[in-house]
Amino acid sequence: MRPVLYALSFLALIALGFWAYRENYATQAALKEVEGLQRQIVGLREALTVQRAEWAYLNRPDRLRELATANFDRLGLMPMEPSQFGTAAQVAYPAAKLPEISFTTDIQGTITSDAEGL
Amino acid sequence: MRTPLRPLARILHARQEGLNPDSIEKENLKVRHEAMREKTRGRAQFRLFILCASFVFAFGAIGARMGLMAATEPVEPKSSAPGAEIIAQRADITDRNGRVLATNMTTHALYAHPKVMVDPKGTAVKLEEIFPELDAKALERRFTDGRSFVWIRKVLSPEQMQKVHEIGDPGLLFGPREMRLYPNGTLAAHVLGGTSFGAEGVHSAEVIGVAGIEKALDARLRDPAQGGKPLTLSIDLTLQSTIEEVLAAGMGMLNAKGAAAILMDARTGEILALASLPTFDPNDRPNPLVDKNAEPGDSPLFNRAVQGVYELGSTFKIFAVAQAMELGLVNPQTMVDANAPMTWGKYKIKEFEGHNYGPLLAVTDVIAKSSNVGTAHIALMIGPLRQQQFLKSLGFFEPTPLELVEAPGAKPLIPKKWPEIVTITTSYGHGMSASPMHLAAAYAAIANGGVMIKPTLLKREGPTTGVRVMSEKTAADSVAMLRRVVLEGTATLGDVPGYEVAGKTGTADKPKKSGGYYHDKVVNTFASMFPASNPQYVLIVTLDEPQDDTLSETRRTAGWTAVPVAAEIIRRVAPLMGLRPKLEPVVADAVTAASN
Repeated sequence: MRPVLYALSFLALIALGFWAYRENYATQAALKEVEGLQRQIVGLREALTVQRAEWAYLNRPDRLRELATANFDRLGLMPMEPSQFGTAAQVAYPAAKLPEISFTTDIQGTITSDAEGL
Repeated sequence: MRTPLRPLARILHARQEGLNPDSIEKENLKVRHEAMREKTRGRAQFRLFILCASFVFAFGAIGARMGLMAATEPVEPKSSAPGAEIIAQRADITDRNGRVLATNMTTHALYAHPKVMVDPKGTAVKLEEIFPELDAKALERRFTDGRSFVWIRKVLSPEQMQKVHEIGDPGLLFGPREMRLYPNGTLAAHVLGGTSFGAEGVHSAEVIGVAGIEKALDARLRDPAQGGKPLTLSIDLTLQSTIEEVLAAGMGMLNAKGAAAILMDARTGEILALASLPTFDPNDRPNPLVDKNAEPGDSPLFNRAVQGVYELGSTFKIFAVAQAMELGLVNPQTMVDANAPMTWGKYKIKEFEGHNYGPLLAVTDVIAKSSNVGTAHIALMIGPLRQQQFLKSLGFFEPTPLELVEAPGAKPLIPKKWPEIVTITTSYGHGMSASPMHLAAAYAAIANGGVMIKPTLLKREGPTTGVRVMSEKTAADSVAMLRRVVLEGTATLGDVPGYEVAGKTGTADKPKKSGGYYHDKVVNTFASMFPASNPQYVLIVTLDEPQDDTLSETRRTAGWTAVPVAAEIIRRVAPLMGLRPKLEPVVADAVTAASN
């Protein structure tokens, strides 16, 4: 009985040693990956800062004003003015619904382009 | 095996010999005791040895660990939060809507180790080609005079860095740098101020504020505890840009030397825009003036809105009138003596261009017509002591509490003594000087129903509490008087249809350095608030030495210079703030359609 126990514990020792070895390398690999990812995050954040700065630079009011002036013929943008505020009264009411057709009449004739009012 | 104490054989033998057998027992007992003692001592020694060994081992282990820790290089824990390096940067500055006003960029500095340089002369020549401002000969001298370290440039663009790489000399090295960037260029330059490098090392350099809010709130911007949270200002980029545009146009048209404008929310004390012209680019701050004879105002770095301490002229009249109403001395309809010129001791107080609005004038007309004599009589009713107290409560005796490093230095100039003639001149804004920012804060108190709120450049949430300096009724009456100035007084050009502008003009002759006043150099101010029925915003416009040459006549009064500029600012800015004009807009299309 005893030799079997010895053999088993020796095998267990070898197995644990192997496990510890693998864990060690797996941890080191994970740490290396984290380090790489962190470096990547820092790089991306830096890029983000640059892009944010560039966005702010490209959207600076002076430049937008110049662009609006240069493209006035296409965009027709003007500085905002008090007269651009409207009132509810300026909005047209929706067109009244036509009454339903209650009886039919036969009409004969031709429609020319002059009869647009109908 | 245990030896008996009285072995029978020896006892019998001893008895036969006639000896005392007890001695045998004693002897044996002694031997036994000795053996026991030996055994106990051995055990105790062994225990002591074990104890000693464990102490040595334990302390040895601790000592070894300490030695190891002291000897190794410190390493960041690997599982720390990502991007800690980024958070250690200087915080961004944004406007009230989160638009970036100041941010950081990573760049590089260039330095050299001349001792490892292969070709110092050729390198110096090539560096001069890349950076024209460098002098190849001076550079070569520094490379060859035996020093081992030379700074060449503080910041490089990526293109320049590539070109330096292409020189390929091993003695040229790069150090990473954080650089402060102001993407909007000159916009709000006086608010932001600027930065420069503090302590510089090869691996990093400190970025420190040198002016404006960058310096005033330097500690907050560099505080790592804030976690890189951006600093939100009360400035609105759109309003700031519009005001700077209109102000620059007005300054050019009126040939003014400088101009300043402040737009302030009267309820919260937030400064929505603060402009001072001429301006500068904080990315490339000009050097301060070295010439001792130059006035500080000649430098573009000078913030006219905060540092420009001027005699603000007739804009002060409303304070005398408001105080008299508050004290119950007058009401808007009271008739006061306005017979010009008024003689006080050896002084003669005149009206503009020698007018005479007297003999009697209603208080509301004193403001509308800007009568010096009428205001002087009202001020005399108040008396010097009460006048000083009131002006003190409006903040005219202290520097403004604005978050700019320039603000505490801009102390108002107050006469040392306060005789009655000073009471008279101060009532119409002469003899004492203050900055446009002081004026904005005091007018905001009137606009805000008599409650004085500290102006700020940081975004505030909701209305703030302040000190009441006058009753709501007085404030309302004062606003009504200021509205009349625009409707039928000295500021009729300031009326913007729909926005009910109320305000007061001020024209002050500039004092000469040698004493006395210039007659052709003035500072024009228009202090206004809108809309008069429910004042929300205060706008101060100041022009330095303007003149209006249109209509074949040179005019230097504020009504012809600062007022139209302010009116244009209000016309452009009010819609941007979502203020709806009060008038019904004329529907031109409907009329044309009907006539057709």
